Amino acid sequence: MSAVLPAVKSSEVGAQRVAFGVMVAFFLIGPALGMYPIFLMKVMCFALFACAFNLLIGFVGLLSFGHAMFLGSAGYVCAHAAKVWGFTPELAILAGAAAAALLGLITGLLAIRRQGIYFAMITLALAQMIFFFALQAPFTGGEDGIQAVPRGKLLGLLDLSNVWNMYGTVLVIFVAGFLLLYRTVHSPFGQVLKAIRENEARATSLGYDTNRYKLMAFVLSATLSGVAGATNALVFQLAALNSVHWSMSGEVVLMNLVGGLGTVFGPVVGAFVVLAMENYLSTLGFWVTITQGAIFVLCVLAFRRGIVGELARLIRKPL
Amino acid sequence: MALRKLILAASVAMAWGSAQAQVSDGVIKIGVLNDQSSLYADISGQGGAVAARMAVEDFGAAKKGMKVEVISADHQNKPEVGSAIARQWFDVDKVDVIVDVPTSSVALAVSQVTREKNKLFLVSGAATSDLTGKACSPNTIHWTYDTWMLAHGTGSAIVGTGKKSWFFLTADYAFGHALERDTSEVVKAAGGTVVGAVRHPLNTADFSSFLLQAQSSKAQVIGLANAGGDTINSIKQASEFGIVKGGQSLAGMLVFISDVHALGLPTAQGLIFTTTFYWDRNDASRAFAKRFAPQYKGNMPTMVQAGIYSSVLHYLKAIEAAKTDDGAKIAAKMKEMPTDDALFGKGRIRADGRKIHDAYLVEVKKPSESKGPWDYYKVLATIPADKAFRPEKDGGCSLVK
Amino acid sequence: MPEIFGIPTQAFMGQLLIGLINGSFYALLSLGLAVIFGLLNIINFTHGAQYMMGAFVAWFLLNKTGLGYWWALVLTPFVVGAVGVVIERTMLKQLYKLDHLYGLLLTFGLALIIQGLFRNEYGSSGLPYQIPSQLAGGQNLGFMFLPNYRAWVIVFSLVVCFSTWFVIEKTKLGSYLRAATENPELVRAFGINVPRMITLTYGFGVGLAALAGVMAAPIYSVNPLMGENLIIVVFAVVVIGGMGSIMGSILTGFGLGVIEGLTKVFYPEASSTVIFVVMALVLMVRPAGLFGTQK
Repeated sequence: MSAVLPAVKSSEVGAQRVAFGVMVAFFLIGPALGMYPIFLMKVMCFALFACAFNLLIGFVGLLSFGHAMFLGSAGYVCAHAAKVWGFTPELAILAGAAAAALLGLITGLLAIRRQGIYFAMITLALAQMIFFFALQAPFTGGEDGIQAVPRGKLLGLLDLSNVWNMYGTVLVIFVAGFLLLYRTVHSPFGQVLKAIRENEARATSLGYDTNRYKLMAFVLSATLSGVAGATNALVFQLAALNSVHWSMSGEVVLMNLVGGLGTVFGPVVGAFVVLAMENYLSTLGFWVTITQGAIFVLCVLAFRRGIVGELARLIRKPL
Repeated sequence: MALRKLILAASVAMAWGSAQAQVSDGVIKIGVLNDQSSLYADISGQGGAVAARMAVEDFGAAKKGMKVEVISADHQNKPEVGSAIARQWFDVDKVDVIVDVPTSSVALAVSQVTREKNKLFLVSGAATSDLTGKACSPNTIHWTYDTWMLAHGTGSAIVGTGKKSWFFLTADYAFGHALERDTSEVVKAAGGTVVGAVRHPLNTADFSSFLLQAQSSKAQVIGLANAGGDTINSIKQASEFGIVKGGQSLAGMLVFISDVHALGLPTAQGLIFTTTFYWDRNDASRAFAKRFAPQYKGNMPTMVQAGIYSSVLHYLKAIEAAKTDDGAKIAAKMKEMPTDDALFGKGRIRADGRKIHDAYLVEVKKPSESKGPWDYYKVLATIPADKAFRPEKDGGCSLVK
Repeated sequence: MPEIFGIPTQAFMGQLLIGLINGSFYALLSLGLAVIFGLLNIINFTHGAQYMMGAFVAWFLLNKTGLGYWWALVLTPFVVGAVGVVIERTMLKQLYKLDHLYGLLLTFGLALIIQGLFRNEYGSSGLPYQIPSQLAGGQNLGFMFLPNYRAWVIVFSLVVCFSTWFVIEKTKLGSYLRAATENPELVRAFGINVPRMITLTYGFGVGLAALAGVMAAPIYSVNPLMGENLIIVVFAVVVIGGMGSIMGSILTGFGLGVIEGLTKVFYPEASSTVIFVVMALVLMVRPAGLFGTQK
C-alpha cells in the first residue's frame, strides 16, 4: 500500500499529461462511439469518489471504511434541496458538498487521532450511525429514498433534463474535481501529507501539526466525495440507502485496488472497470458477488499494483 | 439487373419491416427484473425468467410469427441499481416491458422511469398498495398481490375466528409499516384491539427479545409484518419459545411457499395467511407446476412466479390486438380485455392498474397431513375478487374518475 | 406490579436473561476472530462465511449422512478448520510481510466467493434444521419461558470461551503460540515449527467460527447470508474488547448482548446500530479497545 512516489520530474509529468488527455478524450468521444451516456456519467461520478478516497489512502495512508457516508449524505441533501427547496442544480450540488464537508469535519475530528485499523473502525462506526439516521429520518424517505428528483436548469439557463447538457455538466465537474485533487497532491501541502505517511514522528519533529494536515486532507476528501454523490443523485434523479451502506464503502476500496492504490489515474480506471463489470454481470445474477470476490482475491495475490500501477511500472513513470 | 433485384429486395424488406416496425423493431423484448442474489431470490429470482418463457411458449409466439425475447437482470433490492437497469433497458436495449420487481422501493423507482419513457411495467413481486394508489401510473399494472389484500384477507379472517387482540412484530421499513398500518385498521374495524407493536431492524437474526415482549403482551395473535428471512427467523424462534403451545397464534402477513419450504412443516404448521396462487389448488395449476419445477431445480412456483406467467401471457395477447409499442396504449388494451388463465382464473384489470382475482386463505398442514414434498397448504376459504382488493375509489389514484 | 424503567420487573428480568444468552453467543462467535487477530494479526473477514459453512456442514451431516447435532458439534470444526488450513497455506501465507490491509481484502474477497457459491447452490431462504430432541422444550422460570436450547447456549459458550482463554493464556502451548507470533525468529531458533503453529492457529480460529455456526443452526435460519449480517457485529465486539485480548472479546460479547437486549426493549429500531455507537465511544476514549494494548 505504500506506493513510493519519487519527486515529480518533467518527463514524468509528460506521461501524466498524456494520460490526462486520453482520459478526457475518452469521456468526450465515448458517447459518440455508442457508449451509454448515463453509464459514463455514473463512471465519472464514481471515479471522482474513488479519486477523493484515494487522496486519503494513497497519499495520507489512512484507510476509511465509512466513505459512503459522504457520498450518500451529500446525495440526500442535494436531492432534497433540488426537489423540496427548488434549488437550481449547481446550488443543490454545493449544498450537498457543504453537508459532506461539515460531516467530514465532525467525523474527522473524532477519528483523526487514531491510526490503522482503529481509524478504519471508527469511520465504520460513524458511517453506520449515519446509515441508521438515513433510514429513520423522514426527509430521506427510508428505503424508498428521495425519488423523482428534478434536474432543473443550470444557473437558471441550461436545461439539464437534456441528457447532453447533463453530460457536459458532469464532465466539467469531474475534470475540475480531478484537477483539484491533482494540484493538491503535487503541492507543498501534498508533500507534507506524503511526509506524514512515510514517517509521522519525523514530520512532527520538523514542526508540522500532523493532525491538522490529516484533518484537512480528510475534509477535502469528504467534500469531493460529496460533490460526486450530489452529482450522482442528479444524474439518476434518485437518492437512496445504497449510497450510505457499508458495502458502498467496500466498493470504493475495490475500485482503488483494481485501478492501483496511490496512483493518480488508478481510481478512474478502477471505477470504470468495476462499474462495467457490474453492468455486464447484472444479467448473470448471482455471479456478480462471486466475480467481485474473485477479483479482490486476484488483485491482492497477484496484481497488487492494480491496472495503472502495472502500467506505470511498465513505462517506468508514475501515473 | 442486380441493382433492380437489390431495390426489390430492399423494398420488400422495408414493407415487411414497417409492418413489424409497428412493434419496436419487430422484436418484443421482455425484461424480468428481480432479486437474484439476496433476500428475495427464492421468491421469484431465476424462476421468474422461467415463468416468463413458459408464458411466451404457451402464447405460441413462434407460430404467430412474433419474435419475443426474454432477458433478466438482478436489481439486488436497491432502487439505484433497479432504476439504472430500467433506464438502460429502455434507452439502449429496446426493452418493451419490465416485469416482476419485488421490493417496493425498487418498484416505485422503476414505475417512475417507465412512465417517463412511456413503456410498460407489470409488477408481480412488489407489495405496496401505493402502486395503484397515490403512486399509480398509466404505465404500471400491479398483478399478484398487495399489502391491502394481505392485511384484509388474513386480518379479517383471523379476527373472524374470535381472536381479537393483536401484537405486531414489524420490520422497520416502509413495507413493514404499511402492513402493520393496514392490518391494524382491519383489526380495529372488526372490533379488535392492537395491544402493542415492536419494530425490529431489517435482517435481524435474533427475535427472542421481541417474542418475549409479544408473550408478555398476552395478545391472542402475534402479527408478523415482515418478510423473507425475518419472517423465517421469527417463526422458527416463536416455535422454540413455545408461543403457539402457550396459546397465542401467529399470523404471517406475507409468506411464500419458498419460506414454508425453508422452515419445514414441523415448525411452520398451523400458520395462517393469504395467497393468490397455490400450485396444488386444481388440475390446471398442478399441470403448470409440473412443467415449471424441472426447469427450476425442482421447486414449485410461488405466487409471484405464477403472476409473472399470467401477466406476460395477457400482455402478449394485448400487444397482438393493439399492435403498438406505446406503453400506455398497451396498458389500456390490457385493462379492456378481461383475463382468464390457468393459474388465477377469471379476473380483470381496473382503471387504477390493479389486477383483481380471487384470493385464498390457507393454513400450513401438519407433517402428518402432508403426503409428499411441497404438499404444504390446505385451502380454508376463497375470498372473491371484488372483496379481496381495495375498492377503487379508496386508493387516491388520479386515474380513477 | 413493580416496574423498572416503565416495564414490569418480571419482563425486565426476562429481557436481561435473553441479553445474556445473546451475549454468550456473541462471545462464542467472536472468539475465533479474536484468536486469529490476537495471535496472528490477520483480520479474518472470512469469519462470517466460515460460520455459515459450519451451519451448512451441520445440515449436510444431518441430511446426507444421518449424523445429528451432537456429531456435528464435534466433526464440523475439523471439517471447516481443514478448509481454513488450506486457505492459510495457499493464500494468506504470502501476505504476512505486507500491510494488514491486504489480508483484510483477501479474506473479504474470499467471503464474497464462498457466500456467492452457497447462494448459487442453496438459494437464500435457507434450509430447515431442528433443535435436537434432547434439548427441545423449555422451563417456565416464572418471569419467562426459557427454552432448554438457550440455556445450553450459555453453558456451552462459557465452557468453550473459558477453555480457549485458559489454553492460550495459561498453558505452555498457549505461551509458545503467543511467543511465536511476537517474535517468530527467536522462537524458531528454539526449534519450534512456527509456520505450522500459525497454520494450526488459523485453523483453530476457523474451527471456532464453524462451531458457532453449528450452535446457531437450530435457532437461526440456515442460509448463505447468515454470516454477512453478523460479521460487522463480530468485528465491533473484537475491536471494542481490544484486538489481541481474548478475555476482552469474551467480556465484551456478553456486555454487548445485554446492551443490545436492553435497546430492543426501549428503542428497538436502533438495536442493530447501538453496537456501533458503543464502538465509536470506546474507540474515542480508549483507542486500543477496553482491554487491548497499543501495538
